[in-house]
Amino acid sequence: MAQLLQIHEPGETPLPHEGDRGAAIGIDLGTTNSLAALSLDQKPEALRDVHGRALVPSVVAYSPDGPVVGADARRMLLDQPELVVSSVKRLMGRGAADIKALAGALPYEVAPSADGGMVRIRVGGRVLSPVEISADILRAVRARAEDALGQSVDRAVITVPAYFDDAARTATRDAARLAGLEVLRLVNEPTAAALAYGLDKHSEGLYAIYDLGGGTFDFSLLRLEKGVFQVLATGGDAALGGDDFDHAVAARLLAERAAQIAGATVDTSRVKLALATARLAKECLSSQDEWIGMLDLDDRPSRHHLARAEVETMIAPLVARTIEICRQVLEDAAVAPQDVQGVVLVGGSTRVPLVRRQVAAFFGREPLSDIDPDEVVALGAALQAEALTRGSDTLLLDVTPLSLGIETMGGLVEKLIDRNTPIPVAKAQEFTTYQDGQTAMLIHVVQGEREMVDQCRSLGRFELHGIPPMVAGAARIRVSFAVDADGLLTVSAAEKTTGTAARVEIRPSYGLSEDEMATMLADSIANAKADMERRLLVEARVEATRTAKAVQAALAADGELLDAAERAGLERAIAAVEQAAAGGDRAAIVAAAEALELESKPFAERRMDRGIRTALAGKRVDAVLPTGE
Amino acid sequence: MTEAATPTTNAPATAAPLRCWSCGGPVASGAVFCATCRAVQPPGDADHFARLGLPRAFALDAAELDRRYFAAQRQLHPDRFATRSPRERAISQSQAVSLNDAYETLKAPLARACYLLKLEGVARTPDQDHTIDDPALLMDQMERREALGEAADGAAVQRIVAAADADARDALAAIARAFARDDLAAAARETTRLRYLEKLIEDARLARARVAPRQAAG
Repeated sequence: MAQLLQIHEPGETPLPHEGDRGAAIGIDLGTTNSLAALSLDQKPEALRDVHGRALVPSVVAYSPDGPVVGADARRMLLDQPELVVSSVKRLMGRGAADIKALAGALPYEVAPSADGGMVRIRVGGRVLSPVEISADILRAVRARAEDALGQSVDRAVITVPAYFDDAARTATRDAARLAGLEVLRLVNEPTAAALAYGLDKHSEGLYAIYDLGGGTFDFSLLRLEKGVFQVLATGGDAALGGDDFDHAVAARLLAERAAQIAGATVDTSRVKLALATARLAKECLSSQDEWIGMLDLDDRPSRHHLARAEVETMIAPLVARTIEICRQVLEDAAVAPQDVQGVVLVGGSTRVPLVRRQVAAFFGREPLSDIDPDEVVALGAALQAEALTRGSDTLLLDVTPLSLGIETMGGLVEKLIDRNTPIPVAKAQEFTTYQDGQTAMLIHVVQGEREMVDQCRSLGRFELHGIPPMVAGAARIRVSFAVDADGLLTVSAAEKTTGTAARVEIRPSYGLSEDEMATMLADSIANAKADMERRLLVEARVEATRTAKAVQAALAADGELLDAAERAGLERAIAAVEQAAAGGDRAAIVAAAEALELESKPFAERRMDRGIRTALAGKRVDAVLPTGE
Repeated sequence: MTEAATPTTNAPATAAPLRCWSCGGPVASGAVFCATCRAVQPPGDADHFARLGLPRAFALDAAELDRRYFAAQRQLHPDRFATRSPRERAISQSQAVSLNDAYETLKAPLARACYLLKLEGVARTPDQDHTIDDPALLMDQMERREALGEAADGAAVQRIVAAADADARDALAAIARAFARDDLAAAARETTRLRYLEKLIEDARLARARVAPRQAAG
């Protein structure tokens, strides 16, 4: 007997068994900072530590005693840069070739990899994937949330840049799984920000979200109407953010240093420190006109002076690129800048005065930034977590940021799903074999807007096996692409003439295989199995309770079709399901639900018979013949 | 790659009830929820107009389309089923997919015209058939393409776009008139014209980026 009694807060359990679960929070997993928020009664609040800090710097130090995350890790950067990794979000779903060098050195020590897939980082004597490092950040954010709430947290809405491709989204979801979090939904960051603003203001009309974070830029155009947040178009650059401002400033500092000090050398650790100094200079210049500082490397400090105007000249091309993206998105949606009723600034990099000036000039109006640009995304994510678990009047309708296609003859891309298509979406295409007896086929899936495969992002190669042998061109293989509400792609295939389901084998270009994930899960969390078992138990309960309620509803509607003994039998079976669902034995729950389904079958048949007789009453037989199917 | 266009008919009003997957009882054909146990039902094969409760016609009230689409998504979007059983989540997703497909098709006049032609049984609809058998249209398109290829500056591209925009509006009005008098041949002809004009306008957008490279690039 597991539980005799369950105690709930009044009004807190509109969904079955919702009370058994830990809190569902919103998490902004940022390039520079991460944080969590919780919403109750549509009032989201950032979750803070005892010092009142919500932001967890997205920095991890791999010390011999284990990972250190946040402000402490950032402090360790000064003395032990070789242990510290930051801005790992920029590497999610990316290959080694995607990393930007600075003065000839990379800000990460890249471990050689045989398969050329997602990059691996060497840090503190370990070799880690960006997914594992992100999982450590998520564990720290989760721990802070649990401390703040005094209760366990096992489910979260996690935000991703709208412009993240499928590989980066999958990597984010995998990181959450490693951290023991069930991902309720991946929500696009600008959409989450709009949610946080919209509820405050009950706004209607066209709104634009300009989100310039540490590593990514997103621009989304939304229509708000009576609680519906409809994304019309989105655009961005998953490798453009405040980090690039830091890169520009650090490059200047290192060049000045090379001129001042003969024989000054640059390597990964020195680049990390130069970037940290550049970030301080940039932040200082957001409020002041000049910065004077030192780059203290190898006990040979170099002295530097920067004026705000100089930095603005350096970063002007980057800001211009963001404005160009705004222009393209508005053009995609056939909207003029003056039609936009409000522009919301999101992300720490929108504190840079040049950014604010350029955005204001483009839209011809002052942008809104009354919610803290560092916290607004997490607040929106928390609202969505509440909406998903407790119900809501609002609805988010989002789109795919990038077109999805497949490689065809000559390296060309055939687009199956266009960018800015509302999700979820499914599209199918038919292929055939080109050789007699061919039983397998390779399909290369790419994401992007260009016409040539090599200019788009490779997502993966799908091998179809088990095609029945036929003459060339006879097989009709229908390949379906489905993008779910998280923006994640799944591919399935079936041969239509014989009805054989072709087996799909996926080789992600920049992801982790299921085997790698399984190993990481086993390695990193001892209780992964317990987590999985608990999730299966919850799902068995949900399913069994649904079955019991369905039969109860049918009894209430059509109970007169049963005699007393039959009715009593069904009621006993329902009671057995309810009793099993209250306990913790998954096999018993599944068995009780199956017994109920069996017991209720004759009842269902009688209900169907009556339903059909009612529908046919007074109709001619030839008018109701089935129309195919 | 061409599929035989199977004329989809609206489910007859006398359709026999389907079986609810959840309670096993009868559900009216086309219903999205079981009247008895309230379980969400699979989307079925209603046409896009029927799915959104709109009359099957080219003329369409865009605000009404939005209203019906939003109302349906409010009930059926996967966000409404996040804590439900895996089966209900999957069904809600296929419902939302069908709604998005219907909305996207009906919202864009060109896609709506192509879809309506297919529903009306026109075998070669403009979105499947990539040949032009109208010599005047072919000549007109070749001239526009040539002008676009020679356009040396943004202003020249803009003139081509403005002319194509005006002609696209004209084609749209002609499509509406043709459907209104049930002249499917004329509707198909004007739809083909609109399709080529829209493609030209899109390519002109790319050309504008080519002739006027932004100083921001790089």
